[in-house]
Amino acid sequence: MALTEQEILTGLAEIIDEIAGVPADEVSPDKNFVDDLDIDSLSMVEIAVAAQDKFGVEIPDDQLKDLKTVQDVINYVHKNAS
Amino acid sequence: MQLPQPAPGARVLAFGGYQPGNEVTNDDLAAAMDTSDEWIRSRVGIASRRIAGPDETVADMAVAAAGKAIAGSGVSVSDIDLVIVATCSTEAPIPNVSATVASRLGIIAPGAYDLNAACAGFCYGLANASDAVRAGSARHVLVIGSEKMSAWVDPADRSTRIIFADGAGAAVVGPVEDPAEKPGIGPVVWGSNGHLAEKIYIKDRTSFLFQEGQSVFRWATTELHPMALEACQRAGVRPEDLAAFVPHQANLRIIEALARKVGVPRERLADDIIHAGNTSSASIPLALARMTERGELHSGMPVLLLGFGAGMCYAAQVVTVP
Repeated sequence: MALTEQEILTGLAEIIDEIAGVPADEVSPDKNFVDDLDIDSLSMVEIAVAAQDKFGVEIPDDQLKDLKTVQDVINYVHKNAS
Repeated sequence: MQLPQPAPGARVLAFGGYQPGNEVTNDDLAAAMDTSDEWIRSRVGIASRRIAGPDETVADMAVAAAGKAIAGSGVSVSDIDLVIVATCSTEAPIPNVSATVASRLGIIAPGAYDLNAACAGFCYGLANASDAVRAGSARHVLVIGSEKMSAWVDPADRSTRIIFADGAGAAVVGPVEDPAEKPGIGPVVWGSNGHLAEKIYIKDRTSFLFQEGQSVFRWATTELHPMALEACQRAGVRPEDLAAFVPHQANLRIIEALARKVGVPRERLADDIIHAGNTSSASIPLALARMTERGELHSGMPVLLLGFGAGMCYAAQVVTVP
């Protein structure tokens, strides 16, 4: 069964909490990783790797630069989930 | 035809390190480009690095580091019959660095070759040295990693200039004489991922080093820990029994992630990068030299080495501290 956007958000918030120490309740879809959550390019790689483990969706490095907000990642995972 | 009598094993007899005198702090870099001490520390974990003088060469630094290793080994230069210099930053490809270095150290007519496995070079050299001693093709081998990365870094490129630095590290390798004594250099686990070669390269002799930071970070933090664990397994050493994990000092965040995956606690992770930067093939022997000098490592302790870098090449082995 496909993941809902809410399920992806919940899972992503757990990952971001674990990797970047940002409390899960601060992770909302409109947040920008760099400007709002202070997450740098290397942490984005760690988040992508963890997201692959959790959601089974690979996010290659050349796609990462276009994923600027939490909603962008939710959309990417939702679209590419098998 | 007959073959030489093989040695039962090889071991490291001493390490030596050399860093140029010119220290460049993060504040120095912040004065020259758009960056800050806080930014650099949080991205790569470096506080300061050493940069060679304009006339200081890869060979000069190699001689300085090797001289200390030879002095600490108790081996006479006349006993050294093979010199390997791991480097990827020479001023020119001809002549090789190793023959010149040997001559300057007073080592007469040894086998001498340079080895380019980028930041994995020292571990490749150590594996070659161990095999040469065990097979009997050399009795004492000088293995050096020496790099002048600053010569190939674009001074205007923040992403590489904050990371790369200069220096040299060396080891003297000799035979284990007594068959009852355990070997001091474990089996190497090595390989390469040439399909990723475009992630770190220098296009030609007039170009600067290019590195795709995110891809290298992903590769290093997801692909390499199995190699490190396999090196432990092949050596018969459990990760929890390691006195230290000494990976190539690429970036503090990479090596902290590697240590977590290998199962080595943070206090046993070599973090020489903080004051040495990323010195490519020199980083592992430089860290080992400093750790033994400071008394952080003692004779007989097992340490895990993991070199990795451009190519993308990697090599891991367990070594007993001399």
